[in-house]
Amino acid sequence: MDVLVEALELLFDGSNWTGSMLDSGSILTRLWEHVFISVTSVALAIVVALPLGLYIGHRRRFEALVINLSNVGRALPAFAVLALAYTVALRWQISFEFWPAFIALFLLAIPPIVTNTYVGVKEVDADVVEAARGMGFSEIEVLRRIEIPLSLPLIVAGIRTSLVQVIATATLAAITAGGNFGRFIQNGFARQERPLILAGAILVALLAIAAELLMALVEKAVRQRSTESPDATVFDEVGLGPGVEAA
Amino acid sequence: MSDPMISLDGVTKRFASGSNAVEDLSLDVPKGETVVLVGPSGCGKTTTMKLINRLVEPTTGTITVNGVDILRQDPVELRRSIGYVIQSIGLMPHRTVEQNIGMVPRLMGWPGSKIADRVRELSEMFELDATLLKRYPSELSGGQRQRVGVARALAADPPVMLMDEPFGAVDPIVRERLQDQFLALKAELAKTIVFVTHDIDEAIKMADRIAILNTGARVEQYAPPLEILRDPANDFVRDFVGAERGLKRLALSIVGDIDVEKGPVVSRTASVAEAEAEMDRSGFDWVSVVTDGELAGWVDRDALKGVSTVGDAKARPFSAYVTAEDSLRQALDSIVTSRTNVAVVVSEGQRYRGILTLEGLSKGLSS
Repeated sequence: MDVLVEALELLFDGSNWTGSMLDSGSILTRLWEHVFISVTSVALAIVVALPLGLYIGHRRRFEALVINLSNVGRALPAFAVLALAYTVALRWQISFEFWPAFIALFLLAIPPIVTNTYVGVKEVDADVVEAARGMGFSEIEVLRRIEIPLSLPLIVAGIRTSLVQVIATATLAAITAGGNFGRFIQNGFARQERPLILAGAILVALLAIAAELLMALVEKAVRQRSTESPDATVFDEVGLGPGVEAA
Repeated sequence: MSDPMISLDGVTKRFASGSNAVEDLSLDVPKGETVVLVGPSGCGKTTTMKLINRLVEPTTGTITVNGVDILRQDPVELRRSIGYVIQSIGLMPHRTVEQNIGMVPRLMGWPGSKIADRVRELSEMFELDATLLKRYPSELSGGQRQRVGVARALAADPPVMLMDEPFGAVDPIVRERLQDQFLALKAELAKTIVFVTHDIDEAIKMADRIAILNTGARVEQYAPPLEILRDPANDFVRDFVGAERGLKRLALSIVGDIDVEKGPVVSRTASVAEAEAEMDRSGFDWVSVVTDGELAGWVDRDALKGVSTVGDAKARPFSAYVTAEDSLRQALDSIVTSRTNVAVVVSEGQRYRGILTLEGLSKGLSS
């Protein structure tokens, strides 16, 4: 109990938020770093994964290839990717504080977005698409006016899964000297200061929960907007399917 | 047939799976006519239809719409000039009825006010209540959805319509109402329509011309419905048209098409003797009573007892009449259910035209 009390004391001490907490940097700074690396890596993952998922969902080509390839990011332990990227960073003389962790998190963020986007587009009622195409929608218009709006709730669910995973895993970045909440945990272990470890863990957990809740709200809003009809239930059913990351 | 709107010439389409193929099909669809493609499932009728708007590309052969080779046109542009309705309709679930109907005009860049006018016009035409326009497809009944689907296909006023079992997904009663409604609209719309169904009765009802297709979209017979019923080209057509060929023909012909008999008729000023002479002449035991050309009813020998002129007897009304616009099937129904085995034919204002008997009906059909 002492450890928890001490950890909470650290967190409730206002000076730790702006000034350095036990020589490990201020909570606000670390929060910013944590949010920054998480959001940027997920953002880049969206830029890569979304078009891929849309393409294979719309065209129904290269599906197995892309899904399997994207799952590499999930199959490889983030820790291993981090180590690999770290050695590469050393070899190429680039910043090993940010990039190794960024790459590991980016790869981790891709699979849920690709898979959910793909399934979302694929599950759009084929008759709706055929009717639209038959009446003169171009392929881009089919995608833009039908497939994307109808699969948006599932796409957002994929982004939500990615973001929460990335926030939890970003803690590892502290191993390669990257700064974020992981720094508190890392330093705590190094110096055997258990309250610091716990304070860091609590912060990560809270941030992950906050992100989860925020994205849940976004998802709900999108779901209501894109499918005001009861047909929306199809997405819930899809979400329970194997390999689908609908949180 | 000098000016076909749609023309298929030696068109072949083969699929890897082998089914739904089209083999060397040549077919002309005259401008302004409704051609129904009918045949057993897998015969290639839907494939044939999809070849026309390039949802399916032919392996070989030429297809022209309005004289232009469709393979030389941009498929998207081509499709915008051809209305398309499929059985499941495929309304966009995330768009309101209004947005669904207006979707093609919006793609074509019509100004908003023009789209709104057109949507209003179509919703009136298809008896869609204004409150429905703001609803989503899932909130509609099956029949309403079907009507929205047809209205949507007509939105940009395309000269050609392709309809694949457009009334297939609703119950028979609603289907019949939709068919009647569409038939009434068809006359004023003046569209060239290719209509696919597996239901020969629907084909007979909707078609100006029916193409009966066998496997590989081989045309077994291509003719107006009456001709197919009267003169099936071969056993396949005969089997496909099925039993009740005669009854189906009756449904297609109207009373005005055949000659009516004069029947037993006297004016109300005629004497009883004249009425009895008329019964003897015609071989009936009753006469129709007409006042200034208007049918008052009928009297029999019993009713004429103890009166001096027909007008003094109490004329009884006929339980049913038929008019020139009624189908022969209705006339037949009237004949077999009437006590006298006769259908009385009247025109507007109860004007007496004559009678139809079973013999008259069959003579009219064979002529």
